Amino acid sequence: MKISRNLKLLFYCLIFYVIIFLLNRYNIINDYILHIINLSLVYVILTVSLNLINGFTGQFSIGHMGFAAVGAYISGIFTTLIWKINPSNPINYLLFFVALIIGSIAAGIIGFLLGLPTLRLRGDYLAIVTLGFGEIIRTIINNIDYVGGPRGLLGIPKFSNFTIIFIITVISVLVIRNIVFSTQGRAFKSIREDQIASELVGVNTTIYKVYAFTIGAFFAGLAGGLLCHLLQIAHPTQYGFMGTIFVLVMVYAGGMGSITGSIIAAFGLTFMSEGLRLLLKWIDDLTPNFPVGIEWRMVIYAALLIVIMLYRTEGLMGKREFKILVPEEEEK
Amino acid sequence: MQTILSLQNITHYFGGLRAVYNFNIELPEGALWGLIGPNGAGKTTIFNLITGVYKPTEGKILFEGNDITGLKSHLIIEKGIARTFQNLRIFNELSVLDNIRVARHFRTNYKLNDSILRTKKFFEEEKRIKEEAYELLKIFGLQARMNDLAKHLPYGELRKLEIARALATKPRLLLLDEPAAGMNPREVGSLMELIHSIRDMFKVTIFLVEHQMRVVMGICERIKVMDFGETIAEGTPDEIRSDKKVIEAYLGSEAGRC
Repeated sequence: MKISRNLKLLFYCLIFYVIIFLLNRYNIINDYILHIINLSLVYVILTVSLNLINGFTGQFSIGHMGFAAVGAYISGIFTTLIWKINPSNPINYLLFFVALIIGSIAAGIIGFLLGLPTLRLRGDYLAIVTLGFGEIIRTIINNIDYVGGPRGLLGIPKFSNFTIIFIITVISVLVIRNIVFSTQGRAFKSIREDQIASELVGVNTTIYKVYAFTIGAFFAGLAGGLLCHLLQIAHPTQYGFMGTIFVLVMVYAGGMGSITGSIIAAFGLTFMSEGLRLLLKWIDDLTPNFPVGIEWRMVIYAALLIVIMLYRTEGLMGKREFKILVPEEEEK
Repeated sequence: MQTILSLQNITHYFGGLRAVYNFNIELPEGALWGLIGPNGAGKTTIFNLITGVYKPTEGKILFEGNDITGLKSHLIIEKGIARTFQNLRIFNELSVLDNIRVARHFRTNYKLNDSILRTKKFFEEEKRIKEEAYELLKIFGLQARMNDLAKHLPYGELRKLEIARALATKPRLLLLDEPAAGMNPREVGSLMELIHSIRDMFKVTIFLVEHQMRVVMGICERIKVMDFGETIAEGTPDEIRSDKKVIEAYLGSEAGRC
């Protein structure tokens, strides 16, 4: 009997999950590393969803963390309130999912609203508008006292754990993959390749650009929700410009228009930035007379990125995908 | 014969520049007409006006009796007009097959939720689209390169692919903007045959803009000549060949060589 590729993919995901779970259970990998894995998974959602806008649809958006902030704060406020009422309510987890969905939908609506007026813009101009948008969101949050303002939203219950983040990440990636390999996905890609030609083979480019923004924002909101319930805090600085740049770097390093690339880059770069911290600390301990200083971490990180981009100008994967991520019906 | 496309008193300005002035045409169904003129005569502008890339300053465009003036491009395409471009506009980073399938997008009967959930409808439609695309590619002899990225095709095949992509929208009127541009004489010969067979096979009306005299004179039933945005002559290839105004404006004194 031939096993379908999707089943195989889910099987691999299950194996990955079980291995990490068991390793953590028997303390072979500690909670710190598990935390980095969780972060990586959240970044996978952020990167893949930004890739849908930037890589597949070719719209240069750099306000992605703004969407994540909407999702994070809205779901965060929601669960904090629930938590205050009754911390041990058995349906709290259910309400957490409701909160996540509400946050994501809110982010999606914001994406939709941002998409509408900015449709006429292209390239750099769109980038400026989305950049401005991200800053507006951050500034608004900074000035609302109810959500803690510059202190950040504190006391968010820790609902996100490895299991939940893993399942949601797998679902998100599969949904975006299914969109990419469909007639809608082809419409997105055609807009990236040549908007005029796309319009002149009958694609409603206006609608599809709004779609891309809305879907991308929805998943960014979902990632934001997961992130704040993992860190138990939502802080305006997390969702600023530098946060977006971090995700954008992952998209480029992995390859614009490659889901596989985004996943690899999200894991690779998250681990790299944390791994460098450990490496530098180790070197520090080794040479007590010449302390290197952990702050050199970001310098090395940047240098490594430059090397990647010099040798793989299209990113690690370019536009290619691992076979396992390509739906079978694409190849028949 | 019925008129499929009619342009009535079309005038178009780019700022202060008059690109098209008082252009009229009544294109009968099933015809194969050509539009010629020197560089900057406004030929491509006419195509852009028909397909909604520009909105005419004055005048009316009727397609099968319906007013399509100022409609959005994708709606005009949905009504049954397709076009190719003077300088190719292929989706380079998509496969040859996907180039065709994009053109089937608005004829695809499944929605975003069908794609996400991979419903039965999705698989049925995808199968149908793929088969249709394959048949189309076969006609153009591109089926072997179906899974290659379009950018890897040689120039002549890209031209064919663009025509195939236009036909994939199932048009009743096909606008070809300089289909023979950049082709060598042998390729031009086969292109002329292809255009003829397209008309018979797909039952489309063809209106083409072309620079190479050999193509226009060889296949068009009727030719319209433009210069500086105005129509200066109209007639059969033989009439055009001997028209004084055309020789002056376009062919020059050595027209006899053509």
